[in-house]
Amino acid sequence: MAEPWEEEEGPVKKFMYVNRKAPYGTIYALESLEVVLIAAAFDQDVSLVFMDDGVYQLKKGQDTKGIGMKNFSPTYRALEGYDIEKLYVEKESMESRGLTADDMIIPVEMLSKDELTSLMEEQDVVMSF
Amino acid sequence: MKLAVLVNEGPYQHQAADSALQFVKAAVAKGHEIFRVFFYHDGVNNGTRFAIPPQDDRNITVEWSKLAEEHKLDLVVCIAAAQRRGILDENEAKRQGKSGDNIAPGFRISGLGQLIEAGIQAERLVVFGD
Amino acid sequence: MAMLHTVNKSPFEKRSLDSALSHAIDGAAILMIEDGIYGALKGTAVSAKIEKALGNLKVYVLGPDLKARGMTEDQVVDGVKVVDYAGFVDLVTEYDKVQAWL
Repeated sequence: MAEPWEEEEGPVKKFMYVNRKAPYGTIYALESLEVVLIAAAFDQDVSLVFMDDGVYQLKKGQDTKGIGMKNFSPTYRALEGYDIEKLYVEKESMESRGLTADDMIIPVEMLSKDELTSLMEEQDVVMSF
Repeated sequence: MKLAVLVNEGPYQHQAADSALQFVKAAVAKGHEIFRVFFYHDGVNNGTRFAIPPQDDRNITVEWSKLAEEHKLDLVVCIAAAQRRGILDENEAKRQGKSGDNIAPGFRISGLGQLIEAGIQAERLVVFGD
Repeated sequence: MAMLHTVNKSPFEKRSLDSALSHAIDGAAILMIEDGIYGALKGTAVSAKIEKALGNLKVYVLGPDLKARGMTEDQVVDGVKVVDYAGFVDLVTEYDKVQAWL
């Protein structure tokens, strides 16, 4: 049975999920990824942004065996399968942390601060974690 | 206007829950419709009726429950976040084989889809967190 | 209307205010709440940053959070407007969307 929001022929909204926190130290990165996976089922326009310490979520080679926590970074590789293809990292956040595209676990589009700012202004809903 | 609120922190530890509560009170006083308040991350701890703050302190959960009753608010606790943190309603307690539930009056437990739906249906989404 | 950016962190401990300021377009608004109010005060190491931001942004601070922390309206940088929770709600409805710099 269709859910009420699926029956409505409303325009698709632009949702941006902004990740600004590093993984493991707090649960925000993991649980915000869970939101994005659910969001994929709603046929909305989804953008996923990693900026500030959020860029650390995509660092290659995460190995959590020594801290007893689940390594959830492989899930980012699965996003494409959920039709979440608009993934952006902020160039300035990467540079100030000494990271390059080669450090990322998945291919991402690098946006400058100004490009990201314009993209943010185009959104209908910005969810930040 | 139709507003939705996301609360990402538990009560007492961080001001976010208080800020959200004050914001929602002010919004309904101004005649706005609160489409939904969604509780995520440690925010799910707003929904336990087992918390017993000192008598001279505010009881945030009771305030949410009262507000929900007065204004027919839809207070939704995320099921995945709630399971991690031990917040259960009667059905969930039964399903998980736990001896009791602790959800406060006026709150209900549901999926993350309810948050996305709030983003779609409401004209503004306001996030309170840490 | 552009975006309303909320900042709830002290600028002396976290960088949320800087992130918000650097991602706000002309005509956007910043609202400082909770520990964010410390960023709205005169005579601090961040006051100049706020004064500069006032050139192209509207800057607001939540009065109840200011008072709770022992600060008064006359300690706020000139040009920063003090609002109460009703004013917070008005800002949310006046601007097109809200971004919380948590």
